[in-house]
Amino acid sequence: MSQTFYYEARAHVLIIHLPKELDNHNCRNLRYETDLLLSENYVNRIVFDFSNTEFMDSSGIGVLLNRYKQMKASGGKVTLYGASAQVGRVLAQSGVERLMEHYDDKEAAVIG
Amino acid sequence: MERFRMELESLSKNEEFARVVTAVFMSRMNPTLEEIEDVKTAVSEAVTNAEIHGYRGGNGLIRLDAEIDGQQLTIRVSDAGVGISDVRRAMEPMFTTDKSGERSGMGFSFMEAFMDEVQVESAPGEGTRVTLKKQICKSV
Repeated sequence: MSQTFYYEARAHVLIIHLPKELDNHNCRNLRYETDLLLSENYVNRIVFDFSNTEFMDSSGIGVLLNRYKQMKASGGKVTLYGASAQVGRVLAQSGVERLMEHYDDKEAAVIG
Repeated sequence: MERFRMELESLSKNEEFARVVTAVFMSRMNPTLEEIEDVKTAVSEAVTNAEIHGYRGGNGLIRLDAEIDGQQLTIRVSDAGVGISDVRRAMEPMFTTDKSGERSGMGFSFMEAFMDEVQVESAPGEGTRVTLKKQICKSV
């Protein structure tokens, strides 16, 4: 199954590898899974990996915004990398690009 | 004038199906990749709305109609769900009836941003019909 989320933890950084299509259908598990991970681990940064994502709509934005609010409430940060042109336009249109720093690659996004 | 019409069950996996079918249909207009992606985004928003708001996650049929007239693309997404009592309010940016906090309320804003024209016809108990229009530039 390509449409699942893969999580990678590095110290206090949680890297979320996003699926090919980030729509309502594929966002359904993300909330539950990240809530569980955040409650069990100390995380002060979430890094979204868009490098395999070809499509995102406003359902994806809803998920990103909620993770941003969670991180902001605990003084943490959200960064992202690997956004395609379509993902970039959706991020710009939603205003979310102003809330999350956008990096070219994973290492830069993890260090920030 | 060229047309297609299809009916989809209100299932989340059909969001991708609807946008891919629309992308294939409009490809005969020689659109740019950006135009295809814009239309896919708008269709995805309208179908997702029909499914989670129109039918509230339950059963129902979503109808997708598309029409090409020269370089004008028209797409209609219709449901026979609960309808919207205040369309103007529903179309306000960030407006959402969702309580979980997971929904951005940007669906209609995205449709308006990525299409030339968005028209919403709805009434409580009478379903919703969203018409999306976009002029596709002839790419060489």
